[in-house]
Amino acid sequence: MLESFEPIGPLENKWKKHLFDLALVAPQNRDKHKVIVVGTGLAGASLCATLGEAGYKVSSFCFQDSPRRAHSIAAQGGINATKNYQNDGDSVWRLFYDTIKGGDFRARESSVYRLAELSNNIIDQAVAQGVPFAREYSGYLANRSFGGTQVSRTFYARGQTGQQLLLGAYSAMSRQVDAGKVTHHSRAEMLDLIMVGDKARGIVVRDLVSGKLSTHLADCVVLCTGGYSNAYYLSTNAKGCNTSAIWRAYKQGAYFANPSFTQIHPTCIPPTGENQSKLTLMSESLRNDGRIWAPKHIKDCEKNPKDIKEEDRDYFLERMYPAFANLVPRDVASRAVKHICDEGRGVGVKIHGKRLGIYLDFNKVINDIGLSKVEEKYGNLFEMYERITNEDPYAVPMKIYPAPHYSMGGLWVDYNLMTTLDGLFAGGEANFSDHGANRLGASALMQGLADGYFILPQTIANYLARNSFDEINEDHVEVKQALDSVKHRINQLMHAPQAQFSPEYFHQRLGKVLWEACGMSRERAQLEQAIVDISVLKEEFWQKIKVTGVDQDLNQTLERAGRVADFIELGILMCKDALNREESCGAHARVEHLSEAGGARRNDEDFSYAAAWEYLKEEFKLHKEHLNFEFIKPTVRNYK
Amino acid sequence: MNFTLHIWRQKSLDCAGDFVTYQVDNIDADTSFLEMLDYLNEQLITQGEDAIVFDYDCREGICGACSLVINGYPHGEKSATTTCQLYMREYKDQRELWVEPWRANSFPVIKDLTVDRSAFDSIIQSGGYISLHTGSAPEANNILIEKHASDEAFNAAACIGCGACVVVCPNASATLFVAAKVSHLALLPQGDIESKDRAKRMIGKMEDEGFGSCSNHRHCERVCPKGVSLQNITRMNKILG
Ligand SMILES: Cc1cc2nc3c(=O)[nH]c(=O)nc-3n(C[C@H](O)[C@H](O)[C@H](O)COP(=O)(O)OP(=O)(O)OC[C@H]3O[C@@H](n4cnc5c(N)ncnc54)[C@H](O)[C@@H]3O)c2cc1C
Ligand code: SF4
Ligand code: FES
Repeated sequence: MLESFEPIGPLENKWKKHLFDLALVAPQNRDKHKVIVVGTGLAGASLCATLGEAGYKVSSFCFQDSPRRAHSIAAQGGINATKNYQNDGDSVWRLFYDTIKGGDFRARESSVYRLAELSNNIIDQAVAQGVPFAREYSGYLANRSFGGTQVSRTFYARGQTGQQLLLGAYSAMSRQVDAGKVTHHSRAEMLDLIMVGDKARGIVVRDLVSGKLSTHLADCVVLCTGGYSNAYYLSTNAKGCNTSAIWRAYKQGAYFANPSFTQIHPTCIPPTGENQSKLTLMSESLRNDGRIWAPKHIKDCEKNPKDIKEEDRDYFLERMYPAFANLVPRDVASRAVKHICDEGRGVGVKIHGKRLGIYLDFNKVINDIGLSKVEEKYGNLFEMYERITNEDPYAVPMKIYPAPHYSMGGLWVDYNLMTTLDGLFAGGEANFSDHGANRLGASALMQGLADGYFILPQTIANYLARNSFDEINEDHVEVKQALDSVKHRINQLMHAPQAQFSPEYFHQRLGKVLWEACGMSRERAQLEQAIVDISVLKEEFWQKIKVTGVDQDLNQTLERAGRVADFIELGILMCKDALNREESCGAHARVEHLSEAGGARRNDEDFSYAAAWEYLKEEFKLHKEHLNFEFIKPTVRNYK
Repeated sequence: MNFTLHIWRQKSLDCAGDFVTYQVDNIDADTSFLEMLDYLNEQLITQGEDAIVFDYDCREGICGACSLVINGYPHGEKSATTTCQLYMREYKDQRELWVEPWRANSFPVIKDLTVDRSAFDSIIQSGGYISLHTGSAPEANNILIEKHASDEAFNAAACIGCGACVVVCPNASATLFVAAKVSHLALLPQGDIESKDRAKRMIGKMEDEGFGSCSNHRHCERVCPKGVSLQNITRMNKILG
């Protein structure tokens, strides 16, 4: 049985009561404790800032050349909070409800409620730091609405909300670096977790400039290392995003929850060619005003959209989901788009015989509110689109198609955000989070910051206060063993017996298999075949991976090879998890369990649990965290 | 499309570097500049050679990692664009391309096209923040901010910390980068209180890190991919009084 340590009692009091029950570390004792934070995106940077402020000694690590470049910087659309500034009926309860429902009843009630409660503090914190959120002429904060909700609760800073929030957290963290509380290491990659006895006590790090390996020890370790959508090769994530830190932890015994819950975002720029290295997201906020359509008739698909008459256009989301229309949640929208393209009604360039695109049209809103208003709202997004595609979205509708975007799965954590390993915590996208089987827009930034500013600092203090820590140093057997095993692995990557293919080659092959079998729709036979295929790929990888250059140097090929090796193993687990879950829920659509209209058919009787996988040498063992819905009755998710 | 690339290769800071010429053929016009380099690197790996090192991450023009000087221009000739947002269709008429790393005293070369920009982090650490106790903050709407000021603050805060402004400056000054942060915070009531002290500390740190000072060449504004305006420098100078 997995113990989540959820407090009992009324939902509104759980976190308050828990806070009171958590042990504290007295101020004069805090600098005797050292905490390692791996990853300094929103979750990690906000945690470093808060722990430093409280007086702990913090060592932080990121693989980019500065914390300010973490992938969080790319978030465009916004961050939710239940301020109810618009007086449109919002409340903590409503955000809680929306998130549980949006996640298709596969998240933990108590954690989600806490997230909704903390959302308001995040906005306060960010504004006090100088985050320039959008404002009204009165000087008050502005809001907009976002997919999957009927209230306007999203705070935003043009199309660069993640950037501004990250720069806020980074500045607060920088203040602690200046104060000597946080020691930060950039261009440093964690390659393994160090367990001493049954406690997580440190990490093995490769200095990406010199290639030197070193060990770092502390009283506990926190992983805020982001998501793994890059397993699919092409995704909206930054190129460096990877699964290595959490995958290493998994192999040391931390359970990995719901690995197959990956979100495919409906509005991305369609792929155009073979050399493509990543896909670009067009913010969900565009769906507030853009109308999605495809030609009614296949014969029109090659036409200039301007020449397709109004009556020959199928505004299919408006048709299928009149209540939410273009604002249905991501999973619902993505599946609908795929469905249309599978019917042959896609637009744009043909890749492997299919046109993978549909229109997102702004003609109506430009007529309604005028060009300049539209420009103010979406100017930078339109510019970005034009830069990439060479087409002007003010004049021609955008073309969009779904792409992998976010991983709801991640390390399993209890209510304290601690993994199944003592002393190993996980925050932000790296944990299996509060989004269940599908994440609503503008809620990842919220979760990362709730974890970093408000939850982890308290639960880590509790852990530090309640445990004693033996002195250990670099000569400890288990520390040396961890270092040796990393050395061994690097050696294997550098000197494969029949070195022939680059990391990109293997990554692209993996991506193809995963996208087909474990992407927008999943089916038994295909998943079974994918597991075989990826296992073969894994064998081949270790025989034929080719890394040029040397390891004692800045070597991006080696960095990539290590990450791809982990993605391959994760790919197998993703397929296993998808295979195990004989139901459709949220983003996980099993072809065998879809209604005739293509809706997800959940099986609450058998699958109302989070699937937490344990690594046992080459086997995966399933543990279940049963989800109890005390406060919200699971219903069929209906956006009609 | 076919290109002749002259790429700066340098093993490390202590080794001398030089241009090495490569040929890449059959590049699609919609390929990005960095994707072209990926493609070249794939060929180099196949041939058993060390791949060319260059910085990137988001490839969407927002993280500030990418940093190439192309035919003499930081981030290439196209205005308001980062290196990762360049597409080969823009190089129809330039089939010969010279690719170099950021060059400035305070940005030492690490390898090939990669440089060390940690001096920027040090500048932010010296004062690029509001000295607030993380974890406690007043209700957000208690701080009212005039929309115009807020928009201006955003424009300054849009700086991605890429360093192009330093690279193009004859004095290798980081004044635009510093002024962007000073301005962003000074325009907001909650940040204005510490303005003068902040500006002094950050400018002091900038000098300690070996950046030059501003003598109004104004090249920085032109190459800035985020259109950070020179007005920020004027504003900072006023604050410094
Ligand atoms: C294009 C895009 C737009 C988005 N827009 C929104 C939005 O509008 N609203 C919203 O709520 N969410 C949005 N999201 C999701 C959201 O941005 C992310 O989920 C969130 O920012 C993740 O934050 P994080 O702190 O968990 O991880 P990240 O920001 O990814 O940070 C990960 C950190 O871990 C470090 N790291 C990773 N592995 C290692 C290792 N092995 N060793 C050392 N360091 C390591 C990295 O260097 C980095 O510092 C968007 C996502 C994408 C892709
Ligand atoms: S001011 Fe412009 S050029 Fe200078 S670092 Fe910032 S974004 Fe780059
Ligand atoms: S790679 Fe992020 S700005 Fe260019």
